[in-house]
Amino acid sequence: MRLRFRRRRLGQFAIAGTVGAVLAGFTKQAMGQSTPQTPSKPEVPADPNSYVDVELQINGKEQMLKIEPRVTLLDVLRERLDLTGTKKGCDHGQCGACTVLVNGRRINSCLTFAIMHRGAEITTIEGLAKGNTLHPMQAAFVAHDAFQCGYCTPGQICSAVGLVNEGHAQSDADIRELMSGNICRCGAYPNIVTAVREVLEGKKNAAV
Amino acid sequence: MTTVGQRKSHESATGHVSGKALYTDDQRQPIGMVSLYPVTAPHASARITHIDVSAAYGVAGVVTVLTAEDVPGENDTGVIIRDEVLFPTEVISYWGQAVVWVVGETETAARLGADRVVVHYEPLPPILSIKDAIAANSFQGQPLVVRRGDATTALQAADFCLTGEVEMNGQDHFYLETQASWVIPDGEGNYQIYSSTQHPTETQVIIARVLGIPNNRVVVTCLRMGGGFGGKESQANPFAAVAAIAAVKTGRPARVRLRRSQDMTLTGKRHGLLGQYQVGFSQEGHITALDVDLYADGGWSLDLSPPVLLRAALHVDNAYYIPDIEVRGQIVKTHKTSNTAFRGFGGPQGMVVGEEIIDRVARFLGLPPEVVRERNFYHGEGATNTTHYGQEIFDNRIACIWSQVKANANFAERRIEIAHFNQSHSYKKRGLAITPVKFGISFNKTQYNQAGALILIYTDGSIQLNHGGTEMGQGLHTKMLQVAASALGVKIDRFRLMPTSTDKVPNTSATAASSGADLNGQAVKDACETLKARLAPVAAKLMNLDAPEDLVFEDGWIYSRSYPNDRIRFEQVVEQAYNDRVSLSATGYYRTPNIYWDAATSQGRPFYYFAYGAAVSEVEVDGFTGTFKLRQVDIVHDVGESLNPLVDQGQIEGGFVQGMGWLTMEELVWDAQGRLRSDAPSTYKIPTISEVPEHFHVELLQRAAQEGVIYGSKAVGEPPLMLAMSVREAIRDAIAAFGAVDFVPLASPATPEAILWAIESVKARSGAKSGVAESLLVSPTV
Repeated sequence: MRLRFRRRRLGQFAIAGTVGAVLAGFTKQAMGQSTPQTPSKPEVPADPNSYVDVELQINGKEQMLKIEPRVTLLDVLRERLDLTGTKKGCDHGQCGACTVLVNGRRINSCLTFAIMHRGAEITTIEGLAKGNTLHPMQAAFVAHDAFQCGYCTPGQICSAVGLVNEGHAQSDADIRELMSGNICRCGAYPNIVTAVREVLEGKKNAAV
Repeated sequence: MTTVGQRKSHESATGHVSGKALYTDDQRQPIGMVSLYPVTAPHASARITHIDVSAAYGVAGVVTVLTAEDVPGENDTGVIIRDEVLFPTEVISYWGQAVVWVVGETETAARLGADRVVVHYEPLPPILSIKDAIAANSFQGQPLVVRRGDATTALQAADFCLTGEVEMNGQDHFYLETQASWVIPDGEGNYQIYSSTQHPTETQVIIARVLGIPNNRVVVTCLRMGGGFGGKESQANPFAAVAAIAAVKTGRPARVRLRRSQDMTLTGKRHGLLGQYQVGFSQEGHITALDVDLYADGGWSLDLSPPVLLRAALHVDNAYYIPDIEVRGQIVKTHKTSNTAFRGFGGPQGMVVGEEIIDRVARFLGLPPEVVRERNFYHGEGATNTTHYGQEIFDNRIACIWSQVKANANFAERRIEIAHFNQSHSYKKRGLAITPVKFGISFNKTQYNQAGALILIYTDGSIQLNHGGTEMGQGLHTKMLQVAASALGVKIDRFRLMPTSTDKVPNTSATAASSGADLNGQAVKDACETLKARLAPVAAKLMNLDAPEDLVFEDGWIYSRSYPNDRIRFEQVVEQAYNDRVSLSATGYYRTPNIYWDAATSQGRPFYYFAYGAAVSEVEVDGFTGTFKLRQVDIVHDVGESLNPLVDQGQIEGGFVQGMGWLTMEELVWDAQGRLRSDAPSTYKIPTISEVPEHFHVELLQRAAQEGVIYGSKAVGEPPLMLAMSVREAIRDAIAAFGAVDFVPLASPATPEAILWAIESVKARSGAKSGVAESLLVSPTV
């Protein structure tokens, strides 16, 4: 299905320049503000040729986008598709708050360009639940109160789902090591370990 | 059925795990919203000689540039005094200070525009350390003195006397959600602000002041915060203010959302602090006299430094009775970020000084530090159970908690085991320590100890709950729902907890000082009592009863105690109340009783009560690398009759982890030019999941109801942070095992580098009694 997207952010994306300029002109008139004059030809103009068409599969839906190649997957999710469950904690791949799943593998969405993931299956925190039924990892985070402020939680959960998919974690020590890229300033760590362990053990038991 | 005291999970739990819980910058953006980006100063101290913003307009998408001339009202966001210029025009006070802000259609356009703004500076030499500030006589605010007895005379009379100093680093809040504010103008001169702020009222007042309009034209709403920890008590204000100016100038919605490095560079942190002391004590380790100077690094402006310093001065004693004591405090002014509230609000710094002194005394006398701690506890009645600011500790629970956690941790046996381990290992040493926490609860400033609530019942029986507190992960909203459900006798799912907003509950205090549940809980309960008093006669009439005072509200039903089988549904009473023209909305209000403070004498009863805890930590230190592993932690903490044990346990664990970060790994590094070099998670290390001890036992003190507090509970936000002092002291204990010395100086934070230096120092002095310490010894009158 081809979805009509709603343009959230102006400028960085196509059409933006014009709409913005029109709006700015309108407001200036309407408000009677004396802002300094904008030169008619900006020295650093937006380049309309720099946009590319990209088709992305996000949470099982096809998304047709026109974006600049340099736009990160995180910014596309947040600014373009209104999928603001994925958080921007540092924008440098150092905190894990932006973790999403690409073909089941966990990645920092701030460190990757959206156009690199054409054809891939991207899953964000919004795509984990089946309707009103939470994913087992989401349910475990609720059951064990594995968060406080909640800001790192989408990244923690996507990372934990990726960890389970990887199949390396056997012990609490493994969980600690493999989850150490997702920081939680509230220090809800003991409960995060408990939640991830529960899902891992459930998985093991189910396999037996 | 009551919901208070249950392990209820966070009210936004499902929202958090599904990504649907909205933070300020997650909302659906209004059309035409502009973004702001700052032009920052490349000097810590400089004179501004020239600002030329014209080139910014050459960048596509730049809407306008905000300078001091665009401020309609006051160009200042100071909260205690007016010393915090928003757009500096004359001097730069710290590296990275925002000079002007560029407004763009996008953040990218604003950033490219900011690159083109030209500012000329005349650099000046910066003051970057507490000691340099003292030398340059660079102070701000007023000096303070808190004293009891005569420390000078008592020091002269003491068996032993030691002098020394301890300096500790600040701490970045590192809330995962950086500062964010949206300002939406309505075109009629009113402004709706969405801000990640712990203090919506103050953000409102500051915006109104900066815009030069009355407070009633500004509504500030806080949906929730992705962490606050004190860093959004006053620090949200300037960013909300510049967004508001952008909204005024452009007539469009405006957004400020800081990048991580900007947030760390621009915002204030926990105060670094220098303590210089002279302590007198007896052969048995009883401290008889203490004279302390505290110097807090306020940074470039005053912000909340005076109450932070006061709390430090009022917590130097921690849990210890010191008969003759004088604490002097000063705030130094440096060319660094303006330091601010951070969980504990100066208390932790004061207590670290106190614990340093205790350890110093213990090692000098060759006594185990825990023995010296025990011997100095507040105890008994009267003077020995009264603080140096004249407040009697009427509910002293220190000894009880202390013995409980010692037993839980098998402290005595492990002391012996560790001694054996250390004898048989040359390069790895283990350390064990137990430290207490006594933390005063209430805002020091008496007038902040008030709160309001607003409850709206609709005719279908659904309810909106408003209160003045903000949610930053501490579970306040969850607790308030529990309080309201219990007080009104209905189920929690009947409520919608509303975002904190200044048009619902006005003139609120910051959600700070651990006071959120204490203050707002009482206000919520008060509103519920008002509504029940109105609904009871309606219910009585419906049930043909004479005595409404006999009615019980429980679990969505109302019944008479005398005839419990004859009951009526809550919503039926609500509907009848509407028909009878009985008001279904009510405000609630609370002010903490019996607290007072005389600032002139630094005496009074500033705290309604004290929160207590104690922690035992065991570490293993590697003598080659200086790294340590936290092997086990045992905690007993007093939260009164917990409103929600699940939430409270999370607060204790999280507070401990954050305190451990401050004391052992989070190192703020400013270079010689005053640049903050630790401005990202790659260079500023906060605790990760792998640093949490595997054996981490937290126990809540049982049968601990606190009289006069909401449902017998106690504040829990800040006190657990200081339990982490046990980690610092355990590291010191392990370092001491590398030699035989009577003094183990340890820098804070105790990073591997600091630990390694401390081990080297211990090894070098080992065996030579009072090696380095000798120079610090003052007239031992043995």
